[in-house]
Amino acid sequence: MSESPTASRAPSALDRLRHAETPDTSSDLTRRNLLGRAAAAGLLATPAASLLAACAGGSSGTKTETGTKTPDNPFGVADNSKVDVIVFNGGLGDEYPKFDKTLFDQKHSKVTVNLSSTQKIKTENQPKFQNVPPDLINNSGADLMALDTLINDGALTDLGPLLDAPSWDDANAKVRDTLLPGTVDDGTYSGKFYVLNYAYTVFGIWYDQALFDRNSWTVPTTFDEFFTLAPRIKTAGYAPFAFAGKYPYYMRWALMSWVWQAGGRQAMVDIDNLKPGAWKVDAVTATMAAVEKMVKDKLTLTGSDTLSHTESQQAWLDGKAAFLPVGTWLENEMRKTIPAAFKMKIANFWGVSKSDKAAGAVYAGSGEGWIVPKKAANAAGGMEFLRAMMSKAGAAKFAELTSSLASVKGSGDNVTNSTALKSANDLMKTAKGDLVSFKHPDWYADLDKAEQNAIGELMAGRMTGPAFQDTMQAAADKIAADSSIKKQTRT
Amino acid sequence: MRHGRARFITGFLALPVVLYLYYVVAPFGQSVYFSFTSWRGFSDEKPFVGLDNYVRLFRDELVRKAFWHNVFFLVAVPVSTIALALFLAFLLNVGGQGNRAGIRGVRGSSVYKVIFFFPQLLSLVLVAILWQALYRGDDQGLINGLLMKLHVISRDEPLKFVSDPTPFLGVPAVLWWLLLIAIWGGTGFYMVLFSAAMQSIPRDIYEAALLDGASRVASFVRVTLPLLRDTVSVAWVYLGFIALDFYALVFVMTPSQGGPNHASEIFASQINFNAFNSGRYGYACALAVALTIFALLLAALQLRVIRRDRIEF
Repeated sequence: MSESPTASRAPSALDRLRHAETPDTSSDLTRRNLLGRAAAAGLLATPAASLLAACAGGSSGTKTETGTKTPDNPFGVADNSKVDVIVFNGGLGDEYPKFDKTLFDQKHSKVTVNLSSTQKIKTENQPKFQNVPPDLINNSGADLMALDTLINDGALTDLGPLLDAPSWDDANAKVRDTLLPGTVDDGTYSGKFYVLNYAYTVFGIWYDQALFDRNSWTVPTTFDEFFTLAPRIKTAGYAPFAFAGKYPYYMRWALMSWVWQAGGRQAMVDIDNLKPGAWKVDAVTATMAAVEKMVKDKLTLTGSDTLSHTESQQAWLDGKAAFLPVGTWLENEMRKTIPAAFKMKIANFWGVSKSDKAAGAVYAGSGEGWIVPKKAANAAGGMEFLRAMMSKAGAAKFAELTSSLASVKGSGDNVTNSTALKSANDLMKTAKGDLVSFKHPDWYADLDKAEQNAIGELMAGRMTGPAFQDTMQAAADKIAADSSIKKQTRT
Repeated sequence: MRHGRARFITGFLALPVVLYLYYVVAPFGQSVYFSFTSWRGFSDEKPFVGLDNYVRLFRDELVRKAFWHNVFFLVAVPVSTIALALFLAFLLNVGGQGNRAGIRGVRGSSVYKVIFFFPQLLSLVLVAILWQALYRGDDQGLINGLLMKLHVISRDEPLKFVSDPTPFLGVPAVLWWLLLIAIWGGTGFYMVLFSAAMQSIPRDIYEAALLDGASRVASFVRVTLPLLRDTVSVAWVYLGFIALDFYALVFVMTPSQGGPNHASEIFASQINFNAFNSGRYGYACALAVALTIFALLLAALQLRVIRRDRIEF
């Protein structure tokens, strides 16, 4: 097997490498040795080390000078500066900021806007916070950066000046006055406005009007009506209710709306404020009993507890289920596969019972957050781009492209080709009282995780309503008792 | 002639070593430092907390759970992958019919080799997405749909696969289903590795064994296995660190990344959650350091156990 010894001279390193495959007991570089060492080195380097390296940081950077402030340039964006904008390319796509860029370019021809789109917001941008982060980030999607962490670390620019700046179209109106209700509140943390949520989303339960007309079904307004209608739906060969079980926060929108409707605003305020016993009140008990019954009576689509959002949405579009709880981005997300005869419409989450304290409350609000990092080189440019986005033309284009309302008043006025958007508009007109809102998942990551896990178990039928309440109460109490977690409160 | 050798080696190695120090070793050091702080991941302030993170780690119930899940993979992945890969490699190289002279693999073994190796060409995330279609939990899932058509399972009771926390042999079902994917994805590579090693075993040894009347099983156990010892132990080490990782499969496939209800929580998912969701960057770094120490101990143990006289041929 063996080759003859190469030469009388001592083998050089190169020789040794070249002949590593030949047996050479004196060489310390035989193949197996090499493999063995590589394996040991790999063991050292691969799993733990790559995770270890993920934790590394860097040092800080520089600022761009600002120019003169005028009503047409309220933040003083400097000529010849550049604005780096990171767009999340998700359900709403990345077309609309391109239009906003043309608006921006018209007003500031000497400023360069660099748009780049990604789905990995956190992966790509969190490391940059150590040096120079981008000037404007669309912090959205599954890989978004945790807002509580960003805010607690003072990593964001206060966007208050943006609210009080003159609007893009009318120098006499402030930006603040052009926004839909809830937008300022949604972006305010500890009294400061840090996040501009650009999309106005309405959450509710979707159904196909055509299917309901064919079967002369009416959309329920309470759980009782749902439980009466459900057997008829089953008889017709449909599952009454589909949901995205793999991502339990989809069901959370429904559950929190139900709790709010049953118990009124105070029930949710108490939950968000980690008040002792907040998860044990009657409103929560009644909600969980109804949900438990829905699962136990097998009124949910078989296997729905394992489906992802798109899988459950497609199952609904395929006519496997009558109802599906999700927000108004649905039409845009599923556009390619919506059957022609489908008349998708959104209705409010039905109430829990006749004694609901806030019946008809709608869960809507601004989402799709945009943030300006504090250490951004051109924060003025980032804010100015936001101002352009909130122009009438920008907002109308957004609604047209995404079939979703912008958080700017009147964005959906001219959209007529969408039953979905129209039904959302109608729903907003009939909304009663305050908008449903809940904060605890954003405020406390551990509570968010516990809640998602519990919802997953509840919807899979592995956890009862009372057990859900106990689990959540224990999780909330644990957060309340942990002094290392900064607490927030709301009213 | 040895003159200039050091300079020669240095010349070649300087740049890679500098890059390695800057991009690999320095971040390690930084992470170790972060593990002694309560840094949240964004700010310039990194309060020093000493060993607090490490104390917390030993009391953390989820970390303990994650640790045992990793230990499960650490045992199950190498054992099953190596066993299957060895079996296949044996069939492909020396498992052919013995009625003619000579040692050969089963008919069409070169085709099988390509087929078995194929999963290795796919990225892990792609593998996970493929298996999502197989594991889908309703009648549109490939496996569920087929089993329903064959009336093996009822339409109302589909298998839940990676959404199933029910324990099987004391280990949540979701981990077994993930294990299956890892075996499917890994076996091909190790089969090729073992095949290569088997081909370097001189045929005369087999022929001698055959002449002495050794059965196929005996020749595998008495000849092949001992001569493959080095290769198998290398495979064992590699599979060990694959088992310590497992992040991609858990992250892509399981509900709420480590669920349902923490049933597939592993070290990597805990590190991810702590670093990027709950803002406990320092604690996450401590977890990473602990995992590194564990991996090093394991490697040391491994290399100690396999140390033995080599058979040269």
